[in-house]
Amino acid sequence: MVADRQIDPEFRALPLARLADAALGRARELRAEHADLRVERILGQMLALRDGAVSSTADRGVLGLAVRVIVDGTWGFAATHELTPEAAAATAERAVQVARTLRAVNSEAVTRADEPVYAEASWVSEYEIDPWTVPTEEKIALLADWSARLLAADGVDHADAACPQVKENKFYADLAGTSTVQQRVRIEPRFTATAVDRGAGRFETMRTLAPPAGRGWEYALGTGWDFDAELAEVPELLAGKMKAPTVEPGRYDLVIDPTNLWLTIHESVGHATEYDRAIGYEAAYAGTSFATPDQLGSLRYGSELMHVTGDRTVPHGLATIGYDDDGVATTEWDLVRDGVLVGYQLDRTFAPRLGLDRSNGCAFADSPQHVPIQRMANVSLRPDPRRDTTLDELIGGVRKGIYVVGDKSWSIDMQRYNFQFTGQRFFAIENGTLAGQLRDVAYQATTTEFWGSLRGLGGPSSWLLSGALNCGKAQPGQIAAVSHGCPPALFEQVSVLNTAAEAGR
Amino acid sequence: MSGVPASQELVERVLAVPGAADATGRVVLVTESREAVLRWANSTMTTNGLTRSVDWSVISLVRVGTAGDGGTAVGVVSSSAQVTDPAAVEASVRASEAAARASGPARDAATLPEPGADNGAGWPDPAAETSIGVYGRLAEELAEAFGRGRDAGRVLYGFASHEVSTTWLGTSTGVRRRWSQPTGSVELNAKTADLGRSAWGGRSTADFTDVDLLALDGELATRLSWGARRLELPAERYPTILPPSAVADLLTFMCWNMAGRQAQEGRSAFSAPSGGGTRVGERLTSLPLTLTSDPAGSPGYPGLATAPFLASAHSDDDVSVFDNGAPLGRVDWIADGRVNALAYPRAAAAEFGAGFAAMGENLLLTGGADGTLDDLVAGTERGLLLTCLWYIRMVDPGTLLLTGLTRDGVYLVERGEVVGEVNNFRFNESPLDLLRRASAVGGAERTLPREFKDWFTRTVMPPMLLPDFNMSSVSRAS
Repeated sequence: MVADRQIDPEFRALPLARLADAALGRARELRAEHADLRVERILGQMLALRDGAVSSTADRGVLGLAVRVIVDGTWGFAATHELTPEAAAATAERAVQVARTLRAVNSEAVTRADEPVYAEASWVSEYEIDPWTVPTEEKIALLADWSARLLAADGVDHADAACPQVKENKFYADLAGTSTVQQRVRIEPRFTATAVDRGAGRFETMRTLAPPAGRGWEYALGTGWDFDAELAEVPELLAGKMKAPTVEPGRYDLVIDPTNLWLTIHESVGHATEYDRAIGYEAAYAGTSFATPDQLGSLRYGSELMHVTGDRTVPHGLATIGYDDDGVATTEWDLVRDGVLVGYQLDRTFAPRLGLDRSNGCAFADSPQHVPIQRMANVSLRPDPRRDTTLDELIGGVRKGIYVVGDKSWSIDMQRYNFQFTGQRFFAIENGTLAGQLRDVAYQATTTEFWGSLRGLGGPSSWLLSGALNCGKAQPGQIAAVSHGCPPALFEQVSVLNTAAEAGR
Repeated sequence: MSGVPASQELVERVLAVPGAADATGRVVLVTESREAVLRWANSTMTTNGLTRSVDWSVISLVRVGTAGDGGTAVGVVSSSAQVTDPAAVEASVRASEAAARASGPARDAATLPEPGADNGAGWPDPAAETSIGVYGRLAEELAEAFGRGRDAGRVLYGFASHEVSTTWLGTSTGVRRRWSQPTGSVELNAKTADLGRSAWGGRSTADFTDVDLLALDGELATRLSWGARRLELPAERYPTILPPSAVADLLTFMCWNMAGRQAQEGRSAFSAPSGGGTRVGERLTSLPLTLTSDPAGSPGYPGLATAPFLASAHSDDDVSVFDNGAPLGRVDWIADGRVNALAYPRAAAAEFGAGFAAMGENLLLTGGADGTLDDLVAGTERGLLLTCLWYIRMVDPGTLLLTGLTRDGVYLVERGEVVGEVNNFRFNESPLDLLRRASAVGGAERTLPREFKDWFTRTVMPPMLLPDFNMSSVSRAS
């Protein structure tokens, strides 16, 4: 935990305590069983360059408050952008009115797990340089330099560079007495190089493998990722991809790099172990899960090498925070252990349904306009605990296979069985060594068969935290940022498609 | 100056702030939104709410360099914070000017549009409203449907949303435009009590007066009954009837990838197959299909109208902040079976000798025969009937190859009748190829694209028969 003084004074200067008194007091008068107030400020900056010229410089700020109540066992929610005690009280009244209106069509009374009270707690994420202290000119100059380096290289026809940055402040207070104020920063410096062959009517792109991270501007400058090295190697890799032979479809042993495997974990384990999905809350939209609670402790998810955890605590994790939007102190726990389903991601309403007396802290709302729902923790695959196996050793054990690097296209069904992924770079593996790039590769599998084919894991030194800023869920739609750590891993005999053949070419 | 200004006044106050010496123009967008939502699962309400928000953007244009034509730069500052402090107005102007100076010359620079004949129409009117009361009838019907479901072993899930957004746009060239946009939709998902079978239906609406939830529930009950006979089929190419919702999702995705600049640069499925140029003019199908977006809507389909002027707080390959206030008209992206237009901001249109065209907020595919979905089923010897598509993602932008899943009901048709329900599939298909290969297209109807409805609801699409839809693998999801 970081000292309180690092929370922006502008956020501290808002009348947070008076808003809480007004909203919670009014809710109590109206006999709410539970009430919480969130005040949020979210600052965002998007910089985008196309072929070295700025195509977009956009700063945005979101500021508002939300009141959530339980009245007679029914949820009510209302939000406003007016930050006055009068508006906070009126919003509490509207939330109570929503709950009363909908009481008639609610057949399940809400019950929630207990949680200790955290009075006046604060938390700040780990970063070195607040992006809002860096002049926009300086940030654009860096992205322009990246673009120029790419465009100067042989075979690069276009370069795109961009850097979304977010700073999020949350104040939470509830009737039980918890009151927290938090701040976190995230950033995604990125670039893409494009090669075009007009004669052949073809083009290929290659994007940085750098993941978004819960870091500050220091990340773009090289702390945590070597952008310079990658900028130097991408043009040649892109040229290699343009010349690469198309893949022969069939079954291959895949060594999947953390820069690709994180997304497969996100889709096939992260979403599948969300409790709200597993019990049908997302059935009409995001979907359900094959990993239903009746199989907890018995479902064979994958091979015995598979150990997956949920956490909201890993440094630089995009889902990392001190307290969730239910006022729960965050933690780390097992989801899959020795290849068996052993846990779910929960909020305070779901924990008791699973027979647990505490939530594991996955309540999150993406804005003051939205109601908190159970959102994804950082869901990560543990490395080999016994040996610091390297990537080269994993590749060295494969006779005929493909090394898959970087994420690109992804799609998975509504019960998280059938998925298809592509990537940024594919390398043929022949007799334990890399033998040039391939193109038109997609891998397709069913979740439990895929994880059941897990035969090798990289060690702790090979583990990388990747992630996404834009995970979507719920109606109205909410966006969340989440990280996934993993080592490179070996999967045996996975089905590989040729995407050109899929398109009938 | 004190208190909270009305949105119209906020526009004027921002425009009244004196510009810096290098400022050459300014655009202000203010949008007030109200949204009422209902969500239910397991035949009970889950999350519901009523939200109000405001969003305002200041777009500043500044001259680059001290003399001569160094170009024009642009910076955008947006906020959803309420304006209570007059200093915030000036601060936003200064911040957007600073952002512009940091950016350097914009490639999409163009002179701001001038006021037209409709300038100022409805400008003083307040923001349009909605409330949870918009669901008076729907909530009653929902309670009844929950009851019917309990009696019949049917569990209901779904979501209803009604959003009303009012936008005021003002520019330093004197443009003043207001538009109020209602957007509503309801989705109903019925499952058998064992969750083994699932059916879905959706409606797009402006005000919910035209939504009959009990009729929708009845349709889903029929579809669930089709699943009483269950068959397993392997992945292969099948004659497949795509319902209007599926066609809407695929063609919406296609339109989002019709930026002219990318096509001109050779990095789009709309680039000419070899040499230079684009596919504009290429015949996709001998069917007289026309794909249109039109702010005026369509006489036969009420509730489709959208803003008749462009309003955007960001620039990209297919849209420009310099075009704010430009009148929007009908665009036929496909006309009579041929690729007819690509999206160009005004500057790009001038650069490439094309016409200004912006991706609309509605989409209609017309020109098919009069037949309904039922008629296509009746005319099919053996094939699949889909309900909707899900998790549609780009696999290869060069061919616009998309992947995705069938969802909530795939039915086997034999000799013109549905004879049972089959497993779900993953597909790999390009919407361009679907237009090329469609063997029958029915009459267009108002529909809701299942996957993209969060961003796009106003679609009018026909059902379509594909002789050889590529089902790439089986999905065990039910």
